Amino acid sequence: MKLPHMRGVRVPHRKNTAGSRAVWMKNVKTVTIPLSMHIGAPDTPLVKVGDTVQVGEKIAEGGYMSSPIYASVSGTVKKIDTALMSNGYYIQNVTIESDGKLTPWEGLKPPVINDYADFIAAVRDSGVVGLGGAGFPTAVKLNVKDLNQIEEFVINGAECEPYITSDTITMTYRTGYVEKGLEILKKYMNARKIIIGIEDNKPEAIRAMHAITDSDPVCSVAVLRSSYPQGAEKVLIYNTTGKIVPEGKLPLDVGVVVMNVTSLAVLAEYIETGMPLVNKCVTVDGPAVASPRNVIAPIGTPLQDVFDFAGGFVEAPAKVVYGGPMMGIAVPNLQQPILKSTNAILAFNRKEGEMAKETPCIRCGRCVNTCPMRLNPPMIAKAMRDKNYEGLAELKVNLCMECGACVFVCPAKRNMIQRHKLAKSELRTWQQKQAEQKKREEESRAKEGESNG
Amino acid sequence: MGEKLILSVSPHLTGWRTTQNIMLDVIIALCPAAIASVIIFGLRALAVYAATILSALIFEFLFDRIMKKENTIRDFSAVITGMLLAMNLPVTIPLWQAVVGTFFAIVVVKCLFGGIGKNFANPAIAGRIVMLLAFASSMSAVPAFRGSVDAISSATPLAILGNGEGASLSLVRLLIGTHSGALGETCAAALLLGGIYLLVRGVISWHTPVVFIGVVYVGSLIVTGSPYAALQYILSGGLILGAVFMATDYVTTPTSKWGQIVFGLGCGLLTLLIRFWGSYPEGVSFSILLMNILTPYIDKWTRRKPFGGVAA
Repeated sequence: MKLPHMRGVRVPHRKNTAGSRAVWMKNVKTVTIPLSMHIGAPDTPLVKVGDTVQVGEKIAEGGYMSSPIYASVSGTVKKIDTALMSNGYYIQNVTIESDGKLTPWEGLKPPVINDYADFIAAVRDSGVVGLGGAGFPTAVKLNVKDLNQIEEFVINGAECEPYITSDTITMTYRTGYVEKGLEILKKYMNARKIIIGIEDNKPEAIRAMHAITDSDPVCSVAVLRSSYPQGAEKVLIYNTTGKIVPEGKLPLDVGVVVMNVTSLAVLAEYIETGMPLVNKCVTVDGPAVASPRNVIAPIGTPLQDVFDFAGGFVEAPAKVVYGGPMMGIAVPNLQQPILKSTNAILAFNRKEGEMAKETPCIRCGRCVNTCPMRLNPPMIAKAMRDKNYEGLAELKVNLCMECGACVFVCPAKRNMIQRHKLAKSELRTWQQKQAEQKKREEESRAKEGESNG
Repeated sequence: MGEKLILSVSPHLTGWRTTQNIMLDVIIALCPAAIASVIIFGLRALAVYAATILSALIFEFLFDRIMKKENTIRDFSAVITGMLLAMNLPVTIPLWQAVVGTFFAIVVVKCLFGGIGKNFANPAIAGRIVMLLAFASSMSAVPAFRGSVDAISSATPLAILGNGEGASLSLVRLLIGTHSGALGETCAAALLLGGIYLLVRGVISWHTPVVFIGVVYVGSLIVTGSPYAALQYILSGGLILGAVFMATDYVTTPTSKWGQIVFGLGCGLLTLLIRFWGSYPEGVSFSILLMNILTPYIDKWTRRKPFGGVAA
């Protein structure tokens, strides 16, 4: 099949850990689990200080748009407090002191699934969220009104960010669970077509996925060119199905559901064993890391402990990032915990961590010709300088997914992402004000009409 | 603990390209033609280059200093302006005139508009055009190349072609550049070599130069009716220099590929108009300058539709 192709940017791969089978970190002393590791309202705790918990025991849950959270170690709840998280919000945290035994909760059992409602409940109970980094509750994503609406499932194994290999590890070494995940989609979601998208720099993962799909008429592997941001949802959908997700719409509106491959495998593991999402395979890498490797760490483990377990630093880290270097979030300190959606933790030395000095834009057009959303950063910058919000709306800065490709190619080292974030939020505020004003005008006009009539 | 970590917005990784190494690549690409010009026109060429490059650096340095702006001479863009201006001058140009032209290019066209990235016209082209008007006689001098003995030395190729004596101009000679003309424009082979270097290094894209030269070729073919003469036309005058090095200037030309195609098309048509029907023998500089002015509009017209964007 000839696929439509969208150009991206060639970022360095640095997949140092592609062949490194994950090592399980068992000697965790304390975990601090934030009660918001998903998009939506934070969960409320179900435990109190002094309670003893076991691995897989539910410690927090919330409303529809949320995902339950489970104890990742066995031990005693030491603290429930509020702390500033890397996303800038104050979030409740549950701190559990491990008894070192990692005893599984005696209540664990595979879910009984008889119908679609049971399945969605099971997805919810698995604690799975978008593990590629987005953190969208999977149960909400898979809960669709009409299953016939879904034409294709796209399984995201692109892993286009430099360094990260945790999805590669899932595909290569946890192939069985991926296969079960595909079966689950066919069985409960009535999947008629499943495409696994993988960048061509992961031959071992491609081989493993081919092995489980070649004899399956429903499933196929789409080998994608290694170009960033191949794994971005809209780009992946276009490059695997040829479909364009219109502004303000969801993939489901064009008949597509995208799922991260690790999310799928974790879901399959829960349905098979009853063990919800408590551990996370993370890639520990970066120029400041002594020996890059993949580590399976209990959710809530402080980054410092994971780095120490992986072999420590060769030099003092100047910047530490959750996720990849292109879209990852810098953390303020090493006490920050491993989250559900953490797929890598990277430590940069001073040389790579310091931001390059911005110089004037020379209008070289690299950003314009690189942007996967086909936006025009120099025009956006100008509209922003002029406070021209009509212009910003027309230039569709709201479509910027902050992939950072423009900044990567910019010879003047200008941080467009920072500008676009600001532009998006200012545009939103302006649009809200416009809408309010329009409403007021309409109301007063209606009143006038009443008094006149 | 206690050690503070750097917090910044993503991305945390940037590419290897910098403004400085782009400019350095352009300088490298200009070198073959510059060396060829010294061989063809003699050592005085070096004096012209030295005058424009050094004065360009000094003017920019002084401007930044006087205006208390951050010093920008380290980005090497002033070196390129100096080199390109020299390449557009005859070897016989009085050096003080070259310095005046450089002053106009750097201070008036570039620095007064806000420095690198802000100028609306190509500084070297604007400088050359000011000199063409101000120092008409020394600018239209027809310098002999070294060892010239035959009749061809008395005129530039475009003048020869215009007089219908094109048969005496071999393509090899046009490629090597042993004929009269501005310093850097005669050796087409060296210019093309530089262009290929810039393409390979990803500094420029093919769109503008190929469309520009292509349009001039097709137009010349239609006007003269001879494929050979059309080839002579594209290898003569400042076309290759202009198309490869000046119509690809980032700051003053469109950013999108379609915009670059439109830009090249406009440049080609204007060049043809001036060459065949205008009062100047050469129109490359004028055409690029005129298209520079249109660039913001071309950018606007050729803006790509955002992916999945819906009309507001």
